Amino acid sequence: MSDTEMIDAVVDRHHGDGTRLMQILRETQEQLGWLSPATLTRIAQAIAWPRAWVEGTADFYSFFHTRPMGRYRVLWSDNITDRMLGSTDLMQAMCKKLWLEPGRVSEDGLVSVDTTSCTGMCDQGPAVLVNYQAITRMTPSRVAEMVGLIRGETPVADWPAEWFAVDDNIRRKDMLLAHDLVPGQALGAALERGGDRMLAEIKDARLRGRGGAGFGTGQKWEACRNAPGHGAGAAHYVVCNADEGEPGTFKDRVLLTSYADLVFEGMSIAGLVVGARKGMLYLRGEYRYLLEALESALATRRAANLLGSNILGSAFEFDIEIHLGAGAYICGEESALIESLEGKPGRPRIRPPFPVTRGYLDQPTTVNNVETLAASCLIAAHGSEWYAQHGTEKSTGSKLLSVSGDCERPGIYEYPYGVTVRQVLEDCGASDCQAVQISGPSGICVAEGEFDRRIAFEDIPTAGAFMVFDETRDMFEVARNFAHFFAHESCGFCTPCRVGTTLVRNLMDKIARQHGSPYDIDELFKLHRLMQGASHCGLGNSACNPIFDTLNKFRPAYERRLMSLDYEPAFDLDAALSQARQMTGRDDAGAHLQNEAET
Amino acid sequence: MKTSKSEVSVQANAREARVKADRPAETKANNIFQLDGEDVPFTPGQTIMQAATANGTYIPHLCWHPDFSAHGSCKLCTVKVNGHFGSSCTIEAQPGMEVENRTMELDDKRRTLLQMLFVEGNHFCPSCEKSGNCTLQATAYELNMMSPHFDMFYPDRPVDASHPDILLDFNRCIMCALCVAASRDVDGKNIFAMGGRGLLGRRVHISSESGKLADTDFAATDRAASICPVGVILPKRKGFAIPIGQRTYDLAPISRQVKKATP
Repeated sequence: MSDTEMIDAVVDRHHGDGTRLMQILRETQEQLGWLSPATLTRIAQAIAWPRAWVEGTADFYSFFHTRPMGRYRVLWSDNITDRMLGSTDLMQAMCKKLWLEPGRVSEDGLVSVDTTSCTGMCDQGPAVLVNYQAITRMTPSRVAEMVGLIRGETPVADWPAEWFAVDDNIRRKDMLLAHDLVPGQALGAALERGGDRMLAEIKDARLRGRGGAGFGTGQKWEACRNAPGHGAGAAHYVVCNADEGEPGTFKDRVLLTSYADLVFEGMSIAGLVVGARKGMLYLRGEYRYLLEALESALATRRAANLLGSNILGSAFEFDIEIHLGAGAYICGEESALIESLEGKPGRPRIRPPFPVTRGYLDQPTTVNNVETLAASCLIAAHGSEWYAQHGTEKSTGSKLLSVSGDCERPGIYEYPYGVTVRQVLEDCGASDCQAVQISGPSGICVAEGEFDRRIAFEDIPTAGAFMVFDETRDMFEVARNFAHFFAHESCGFCTPCRVGTTLVRNLMDKIARQHGSPYDIDELFKLHRLMQGASHCGLGNSACNPIFDTLNKFRPAYERRLMSLDYEPAFDLDAALSQARQMTGRDDAGAHLQNEAET
Repeated sequence: MKTSKSEVSVQANAREARVKADRPAETKANNIFQLDGEDVPFTPGQTIMQAATANGTYIPHLCWHPDFSAHGSCKLCTVKVNGHFGSSCTIEAQPGMEVENRTMELDDKRRTLLQMLFVEGNHFCPSCEKSGNCTLQATAYELNMMSPHFDMFYPDRPVDASHPDILLDFNRCIMCALCVAASRDVDGKNIFAMGGRGLLGRRVHISSESGKLADTDFAATDRAASICPVGVILPKRKGFAIPIGQRTYDLAPISRQVKKATP
């Protein structure tokens, strides 16, 4: 089959529908290795989109390549927790063995090695993606063996199966993870109630979104249900946000691995309430390995009459599609996620209008977190009264925490809302804890004096990440890792975030090189104040949070790196002459600059 | 990722105000908001920017243009609405809103945003054909930007001189996407699209396999050919026809060139 025929076959499978561009690009790339200019032209013709639109989408996402990237593409997860488990040295060792520079493709086009944002394996890192398949628990011996397999051009499918094992590591179950529902039970109860009463139950249960912001799920569903559809394609949609990209978060991965029925059932209940016939699960590209299992879970549900038409003998009709992302943290923002579902770059929309009135294809859309949808099944099956008995006044139910970092038992912990940070630390076996980063880089950094604070919307809201740092860790390096993360993930739409995240990253690097001064600290605060108010979306607004928190709580970590001057140039004057010295073969006193302070 | 608190409350305020606006008792006389303490009338549906502009009041901006729908990316038009930050080009005017515009706090932020745009690209005003007609330069003068402040990034942005009549110098691009809107909405050609991600990736894509403008049906008569607020899209063989010193913003500051709409 020629490349053109192959591309046409992929596009045909998606009915030439441009809104399915993300899937078209991924499937094409899986077969051709990369997306060449000719490939993009062909795809643009086949879906009848301007070519620049197709290219705009292709070069927005980290996992699409408009340049050849090697037959083996190794990406090291670069979360701080991977680093704490030794990923930096392992990656360096791998590059050395392969005679490679990070980010560059080998001369023979065989392999490239690079870093990628957190892959959601923090409890079993250091993790890598090889040709977008997840591998956990990297060790020096695995690195050596992997290099051998790559050199020998062994297909990834034939690599040792145990490398691809991903454990759930469920350490504490509560109402959700210990549920006793059978597939169809919650949906059956919802159908019996009908959409109106089901909505009332969700509202009475005071269920709030588990993605971190805590918006009332009932309010969201109600707003979507009440919003009229628009035009010829009038419809309502349910979207499950499984773009779990916040570094340190991996609870959705576990829900989708072992509780997929609960998630799909929650989507169906949402569909019943808002009047949707179609649901979409947006799965982050890092979880590509879950796709086949999820598809088969959907097939099982269809066979059991839990999806499709006349569900459980009722008039309710609903089905679910899975859309795969391609490496863009910003798509966790609901309007960016919708753009991505429509085949576009994941750029947050101007709001209002909100997705509940104008979302996917401009139609009313409810976007809910994986965990929120799963929790709705408990309310459907057991009722709001039972549900609201758990947790706290303003935070009913339970929360899954993804615990990683310096503790004996990293993994998933489910608690009723209201649990103290100290309790979680005790349960996971964290000793000598210095700080906990809760809800990822965009969340908050909690220091020892605050360990009696509670996980709840009343106190510390969280999307689930719980990264533990013991006394040996350098909190400046933690914040610097997060600064690099935001600079990499900024979508580039608005000025303050596009330029600001990189300025912040550079300032943190300058301080790390011991060229910083109090002036640079002031600059960081200034950028924080600007980005927090002026950015287009939550990414830019919260990008400086980890720096602000660590500067306030762990200032000595910064100050011991500063030079005691008011201003320090970002470069070393004398070092800047080193190339000239090398070229002229000089190394006498006249070939050196002395810093003013020394003269 | 969360919606920021200020964002939420601006939205809540807007909603409240909209509810109020729906009341039948409202009359046209009530369609007024306060901009730096001055009464600004508006017609329902107008954004703060649209109403201010019609009133002849200047709110600094780069990516907004009266002929096109708001893009909301440059953030120069950030104002404070009832105490909360927001983009005046996207927030609808509501009766009784109190909007801060040219305060020291906001102009400070705008100056920093301008500095960000200057260091992000390669801007050499003295040799630029657009000097004196450039919105970026004029806004920087307006806001007393005296230096780029940050380290320059010196990005590698190739020039596209392939087209017979038009030169594209992306060194000066500020990512406003006005060329994208003009080509899409007026010319019906979709020759440009914003692509890439982050500081170094963000760029304008040209709709041809070579990526060259010559391989598109772009014409010097297109609306997109004359929309660029900076010096990216320039006509060839025409330079310095109006001498520096006599150009648009040489004659009067940008803030004094907002023409009040005639009713």
